[in-house]
Amino acid sequence: MLTGAAAAGHAALASVDDDAITLRRALRKSRRREQWRAAALVLPLFVFLAACFVVPIGAMLARGVIDTDVARILPTVTAALKSWNGSGLPAESAYQALIADIRAARGAGTLASAATRLNYDEPGFRTLLFATGRQLPDELTAPARETLIGIDPKWGERDTWAAMRRAGGPVTDFYLLAALDLQRDADNSITGAPPEQRVFRDVLGRTLWISAMVTLICLLLGYPVAYVIAAQPPGRAGVLLFLVLLPFWTSLLVRTVAWVVLLQKEGVLNSLFMSLGLVHEPLKMIYNRFAVYVAMVHVLLPFMVLPLYSVMRGIPPSYVRAASSLGAKPFTAFRRVFVPQTLAGIGAGCLMVFIQALGYYITPALVGGAEDQMISYFIAFYASRTVNWGMAAALSIMLLTATLLLYAVYNRMVGVDRMRLG
Amino acid sequence: MKTSEPIVRFVGVEKSYDGITRVVDDLDLDIERGEFLTLLGPSGSGKTTTLMMLAGFEAPTGGQILLEGKSLSHMPPHQRNIGMVFQNYALFPHMSVAENIGFPLSVRAVAAADLAARVERALDMVQLAGFGDRRPAQLSGGQQQRVAVARALVFEPKLILMDEPLGALDKQLREQMQLELRRLHQRLAVTMVYVTHDQSEALTMSDRIAVFHRGRIQQLDTPKQMYEYPRSAFVARFIGENNRLEGSTESTADGRCTIRIRNSETRIEGTLVEPVQDGGAVTVSLRPERVQIHVAGHTIGARRGCSLAGTLREIVYLGDHVRARVALDGSEDFTVKRPISEAHAIPDVGAAVEMQWQPEHCRVFAQEN
Ligand SMILES: Nc1ncnc2c1ncn2[C@@H]1O[C@H](COP(=O)(O)OP(=O)(O)OP(=O)(O)O)[C@@H](O)[C@H]1O
Ligand SMILES: [Mg+2]
Repeated sequence: MLTGAAAAGHAALASVDDDAITLRRALRKSRRREQWRAAALVLPLFVFLAACFVVPIGAMLARGVIDTDVARILPTVTAALKSWNGSGLPAESAYQALIADIRAARGAGTLASAATRLNYDEPGFRTLLFATGRQLPDELTAPARETLIGIDPKWGERDTWAAMRRAGGPVTDFYLLAALDLQRDADNSITGAPPEQRVFRDVLGRTLWISAMVTLICLLLGYPVAYVIAAQPPGRAGVLLFLVLLPFWTSLLVRTVAWVVLLQKEGVLNSLFMSLGLVHEPLKMIYNRFAVYVAMVHVLLPFMVLPLYSVMRGIPPSYVRAASSLGAKPFTAFRRVFVPQTLAGIGAGCLMVFIQALGYYITPALVGGAEDQMISYFIAFYASRTVNWGMAAALSIMLLTATLLLYAVYNRMVGVDRMRLG
Repeated sequence: MKTSEPIVRFVGVEKSYDGITRVVDDLDLDIERGEFLTLLGPSGSGKTTTLMMLAGFEAPTGGQILLEGKSLSHMPPHQRNIGMVFQNYALFPHMSVAENIGFPLSVRAVAAADLAARVERALDMVQLAGFGDRRPAQLSGGQQQRVAVARALVFEPKLILMDEPLGALDKQLREQMQLELRRLHQRLAVTMVYVTHDQSEALTMSDRIAVFHRGRIQQLDTPKQMYEYPRSAFVARFIGENNRLEGSTESTADGRCTIRIRNSETRIEGTLVEPVQDGGAVTVSLRPERVQIHVAGHTIGARRGCSLAGTLREIVYLGDHVRARVALDGSEDFTVKRPISEAHAIPDVGAAVEMQWQPEHCRVFAQEN
């Protein structure tokens, strides 16, 4: 049984609870108002970003999964193949539909687009389509299936039809799989690409590896530089920082070409080494991995130095002094007190260098060999050389995914809010 | 306290940063074992520099510093075993409070169990038990200050240096921390060297005070001596409140002199602190609390030369005491400070008044140049 006092106590507790809830609600409300106000301020920028950044890039990336060419140009056969279960050969109606579609497409002059798309999946498909188109009789004298197989026995193979069905859209994972050296077989299950066609895993791995190495070298070179600059009196630090930024005054292309001049076989360095008698025949310093590292580190180093400098500048000398007054040897003080406080800068610098390195194109293209090309080279290759937008987009998606993953990992480990960029 | 040899000796120490001016000039200073010594002086007088030379972060450009008889010239800071509390505390932001305090022990390779126990004890000592897991940023200013003190004490150095450790705290917390530091000092019997430019802090905390001015020690004394018997115009001005009168000596005898106040015919008598030529320019210093005030003509038993006449301009009530501002002819205003118990005896504003004092409280210095 409750005594009066206890009951009063309970009532008081309950009212405290009520009070707390009201207070919390009021707090949330006032916060929300602030958030809306803040949102209104960033709205113009948001619209700009959406219009000039998200939409075009989104449209480009969408090409990696959208697949409508074949369905548009060969519509009836695409529809007919939807009901094909994939085993055996399609029904006679599918063959008839194909003949009708090819005739229509030849008439409209659009067959080439569909042929290109099918050829990506099944080499030889372009020839097959065009030859078939040319040899189709005006009047069918036999069933459509026999006629087509008569023109080319490939029409009697399941793989041919499976490829056609896979290209039916409207979305496809063909490009994405291809970017990982995977493909779908006639049974629609994922298998590895034939060994001689496997390139992209290597390319992706190489891209990550080169970027990681460049980041590491930048860190090893940039950390002492930033340390020295941060330790200077403000005036001199400004001059040194200006020197660090000086390369930005010339274009990336010029800086890269300068390395060609320096490193090539009859280049400045080789002439110097030869005349000094250090080497007897020219060193191979260009069109290899070495040249890629040198040139990329050169270009990206400022992006490492700046955030490191900015973080180091904010660390008062009293910390390291305190550490040594407490008995830490200079290196211990550096390692246990100074370096941990620069972690945010290390993270920011590495992230900036690594992400930029991932997308590097011109530098490896100019000073690297065939085995040193990174993923952007292939994106450019597909986008401008072969106009295979699907493949270019799929590789871009890979690149973007790698970047975002990395960003997420960084955010998890260091916290993006602690990033200081300069 | 004078029984053993000093723990630290500065012998003719000099320091110049630019090769032109000496920031510390010919410094001779003995720091006694176990004392609380305060370096007091205006901004830029070389206090921090002196401390930094002792800690090993700046090298003297001349002279020698001895720690327990050994020269410190070639000993790097981390071997000196001197605890130091910095003005901004310099707590390592990436370490917890316990890790901060444990740092000096871990670099000395103290075993983990022992280390934890000593950190616990240090936290207790500064009344922060239970705060070990926090980050420094999660502590208030006063708490951070205590962590810094605990960290400087935990490895049991014989000497602790503090550079304006209370500078960032508000007045109340400051006064509380002053008492705590003082208590810690008494309990641990360590030698503390404390830098401040707050004279009242120096007076409340120190065994001895060294007043710095332009890189030189002006006077080294106990707080009481320093306050009652400043030995130069600078020290008199710097410590405590002062009424300053400019004038010139007319005659001197037995350490006494007659001074003619500048721009007036008034003559007063004072005690000579420094030797001054006859007719030399002098500064007279009178503590406001040593001066009595009466309605003119009502003074009783004033000695000749120990009084001044003026007009009472203002009375300010300050709770525990009352301040009266008196206009003198030809000089700056004169302040009189009376305990609240005598407030009723102070004349009304506007009255002609007379002020009087004991001759030993009127101290005469050579004028500062
Ligand atoms: N690292 C330095 N380089 C050059 N000059 C310095 C340096 N440190 C101090 N100084 C100069 O030396 C003089 C004394 O400085 P110091 O820091 O010792 O003064 P302080 O008595 O501690 O003053 P404060 O009360 O303002 O802290 C000042 O004029 C200052 O400008
Ligand atoms: Mg100072």
